[in-house]
Parts: sequence; structure tokens; C-alpha cells
Amino acid sequence: MEPAPEMFAPTQRETSDQGGAIVRPSLSYWQDAWMRLRSNKIASLGMIILALYVMMAITVPIFSATDYTGIDSALIDAPPSDGHWFGTDTLGRDMWTRTWIGARVSLSIGIMAASINAVIGVIIGGISGYFGGRLDMAVMRLLDVVSGIPYLIVAILVMVIMGEGIAPLIVAMIAVGWVGSARLVRGQVLQLKNQEYVLAAQKLGASHMRIIFRHLIPNTIGLILTNVTMAVPYSIFTEAFLSYIGLGIQPPGVSWGLLARYGSQSFRFAPWQLFIPSFFIGTTMLSLYLLGDGLRDALDPKLRS
Amino acid sequence: MLRYILKRMVISFFTIMLLVTVVFFLIRAMPGEPFLSDKLTPEIRMNMVRYYGFDKPLYVQYLSYIKNLLRGDLGVSMHYNGIPVAKIIGDSFPFSASLGVRALGLAVIVGITLGIVSALNRGRFLDYFCVVAAILGVSLPDFVTGYLLQYVFSIKLKLLPIAMWRGFKYTVLPTFALSFYTTALLTRMMRASMLDVTTQDYIKVARAKGLGTFQIVMRHQLRNAILPVITILGPITAAILTGTFIIESIYAIPGMGKFYVNGIQNLDYSQVLGLTVFYGAFLVIANFAVDILYGVVDPRIRADRRDER
Repeated sequence: MEPAPEMFAPTQRETSDQGGAIVRPSLSYWQDAWMRLRSNKIASLGMIILALYVMMAITVPIFSATDYTGIDSALIDAPPSDGHWFGTDTLGRDMWTRTWIGARVSLSIGIMAASINAVIGVIIGGISGYFGGRLDMAVMRLLDVVSGIPYLIVAILVMVIMGEGIAPLIVAMIAVGWVGSARLVRGQVLQLKNQEYVLAAQKLGASHMRIIFRHLIPNTIGLILTNVTMAVPYSIFTEAFLSYIGLGIQPPGVSWGLLARYGSQSFRFAPWQLFIPSFFIGTTMLSLYLLGDGLRDALDPKLRS
Repeated sequence: MLRYILKRMVISFFTIMLLVTVVFFLIRAMPGEPFLSDKLTPEIRMNMVRYYGFDKPLYVQYLSYIKNLLRGDLGVSMHYNGIPVAKIIGDSFPFSASLGVRALGLAVIVGITLGIVSALNRGRFLDYFCVVAAILGVSLPDFVTGYLLQYVFSIKLKLLPIAMWRGFKYTVLPTFALSFYTTALLTRMMRASMLDVTTQDYIKVARAKGLGTFQIVMRHQLRNAILPVITILGPITAAILTGTFIIESIYAIPGMGKFYVNGIQNLDYSQVLGLTVFYGAFLVIANFAVDILYGVVDPRIRADRRDER
């Protein structure tokens, strides 16, 4: 065969660069996490229950026919019935509306206090653990001082300045509550900052803040979430205790913790009064746990594909 | 190491002093004043005020309090007339500490075990069982759990004494009631922390070497996963050992818890400050121990070497 110049011509190249193109759209950390969370059925269940409770807490007291302060002296300690779905309490007040009024207080305090605590704790604990040395020593001793202050004094002073209601309760709980999560995050960061990926990020020129919040914190997310879900009942019960000694929600206002407290006094003849608030606190905890566990899987960078 | 310990002791001293200072001025900022009873005539009231030095400027009172404190004098209670604060603490602390040690021991053993078991069986029946048990333990406030335990075990079943503190049988219910929250917290922490380390390479290596599950858990996972548990145990130890108001009052235990709450409600300044010093010292020592333990568990973060990096 006679060699012809055409035979040495380069083969026709594909003009478009299809082979190297990224087929899947690139997802940010949070998009990826959200996608994984939604595909997790158990976590979605937790999310749905929580959303339902929040919806009920907002709507029921608005549309309910009975008022949560309305006293019906003919129907004291009545068991659940058509007129009163959750029965009535020792003053003949409708437990259904009281439960959802209580949900407003307990859910907002529980979720707000716990999540704000976690955010403050993550920032302070992350910075303290990462930089270490003198800064860490100073911050940690400051935490010792803050957690040594009796929280009743803080609660009373906050009430004096801000008055009564939900907001001062949340402020009082944050004022002393962020310490725990800060300590926890700091301990984790101390352990993690010696890992190779931190060194790699440092050598690649990542800023300190980027290393803390993009590399170290996502690796402690499981513990942070666990801590948040455990801080929710703690805040709910602390509110109940403060309210009971006269420092929080005043009657006829009510919360789940207070309902449980009243219920425990009359549960021998009216067990539903204790059972109903306990059921809602328990299922809220369970949903938070399921959601938290799903979030953990979704946010854990080690499980990211 | 010795140098580090000495340095920490000096810093601890100043931490407690700072705490005392903050609480001293915070409690003075509270509304109301002590000796506001109707039973007190103006003359008696003036004498009391003069006796405790409240007629002097605040900074003079502060300096004299600090001076007394450095000499080891916690002052005299204002509500329990004439009883030294040190005596109040000395009389009540053994009860709180005894109850606290039991509850803490129970919580640590049960919590860590449940946490490990549920992490190893993730997504299976045992996992959900442990988790639901942990959640049930914290679904009720401690004042309700305490009361329910009394009702079931003392009134209905008549198995255990209902209250007081007179022997082992009396300690069972309050120990359980006090340990619920901590047990649940430790279970959840341990589980989350164990799950964090199961995906690490060194666990794969250990498994590839042919180590048994028990060895891997005990020697490799536990050591790496225990750190957060140690972290939270510091403040929890201090809080539980120095008494809890609710559990102690439900079970009529003459512990320290009530003095904190009463002291604040009665504005018994010296009592609140004395208890704060005591609790603060506990807290500082506990967190000191935590920092030392970090290095024992994970030699990479030994406290005395941390500064040199």
C-alpha cells in the first residue's frame, strides 16, 4: 500500500469536551447533606412530627373553641371526652388547649435555648481549642467562672432587667448554658487538630477560620447534635423548675414541664394529666433524636460519597 | 508536668477569686435586702446591719470578705443566725457527696455500657432499645421521676423506704432518680462518639490484623471515643457531688442542695458566697483533672506539652 498523506492526518476529534465533563451537578456540603437527610425515612419522620407539633402549637390556641384559662367548675378532673379531647385539669380547664399553649413555651424555649447555646459553644470552643496555649487557658478559666455562678442568681437578675416571659427565660438559659457545649467542642477540636487533614489544609494556605469551621467542626457534628438534643429537655425542665418557684411563666400561663408538675400531683386519680404532657415531651425527644441521628449521618464528612 | 501542675494551681486560685468577685457583686445587685422581716424592730435591724457591716461602702465590705476568705473564714450565715457557713457546708456535704458518688458511679457504668452496646448494634433492636430507654429516662422532669419512683416502689410495692437517709435501703431510690439524666446523657454521648471512630482507618487495620471485636472495642475504639465523656464528666461531677435541690427535698435528704436555693431566696449573702467558693473549688479541680486525663487517654494532647506547639 502506497503511503498517502491522508493516512497520517489526525483522526477527527470530538469538538466538545464531553468526556471530561462533570455529569452530576456539583453539590455544596449543605445541599448534599439536605439530599441525604431527605432520603433518610426515619429522620424524615422525626422532622414531620416536630413540624406537626410546631404547627399545632401555633394554630390550636388561635382556632380552638375553648379558652385555655376558662374554668368549668362542673367538669373538674374529667377524663378525655368529645368536648375535651385531653380531659380537664384540677380547675376544670381544657387540657387540649393548655397542652398546645404549653407547647409554645416549651418548644420555643427548648429549641431556641439549645440551638443558640450550641452556636455560641461551637464558635468559642472551636477557636479556644484550635489556637490552644494562653488563649485556650484564658477562655477555659472564664468558662469555669461562668459555670460557677449560681444560675438562680443569673435568672433572677435577667428577670429584673427584662421582666417576665419567654424571652428572659431563654436569655437566662443561654447566659449559663453555652459553657457546656463550648467545653465539649473544645475537647474534640484539641483531639482533631493534630490530624493530617488539618496539616494539609494549613499547608495549602487555608485560613484559621476556614480550618476551624470547614474542617474541624463538621467532624465534631455528631457530638454537637447529640448535645443539642439532650439540651432540649434540660431547658424544658429548667423552665419548669424556674416557673414553679415563681421565676418564669406565671399562671394561668403554662408549659409542658409545668403541666407535668401539676399532673404529678393528681395522677393517682387523674393519670392523663401527667401522661399527656409526658407523652409530648417524650415524643419530642424521640423525634429530635431521630432527626439528630439522621443529621449526623447527613453531615458527617467521613460518610460523604 | 510538675511545672504545669504548679502553674495550674496558681491559675486555679485566681479563677476562684474572680468567681467570688463576680458573684459578690451580682448578688448585691439583686433586688431586696436581708433582714426585711416584720418581726425585726428598727433597732434590732440596725444592729444586725452594723454587725454584718452592711452600713459600710460596698468595696470595704468586699475587701473585708476577701481578707476573711484568704484566712479560711467563710463568714456567718445571716438566715440561720450565728451558724458559720463552714459548719453548714461541713454538716450537709457528706450527705450530698455520698448520694452524688453513688448516682455518678451508676450513671457512668450504665451509661458507658449502654452507649457502647447501642453503637455496636447500630440500627438493630438493641440499639433502639438502649436509645428508647435513655430517652424515657429524660422524658420526665426529675421532680416527677422522683415522685413516681416513690409512688411505685414505696407506696404501691412497699419495697423501699419512701424518704430519709438512714442506711443502704434508703439510698436506692434517690440514687436512681438522680442518675437518670446523667445516664441518658452519657449513653447518647458514648454512642455518638463511638460511631465517630468506627469509620477510622485504625479500626480497619485492627480488624485486618484479626483482632476480636472485644479487643478492638476496648483497646482501640473506647480509648479514642471516651474523650467527650471525660469532658462532660468534669462539670457534672462538681454539680452532682455538691447537692441537688429537687432530689434532696423529695427524699428528705439533709444535703447541700437546699442551702443554695434558700440562700438566694433569703438573700443570705455569706451563705451563697460560701457555697459558691466551695462549688467553684470543686469545679476548678474537676476540670483540672479533665485536662490531665485528656493527656492520659490521648498522649497527643498532653496538657503540659500543648503550650510548646
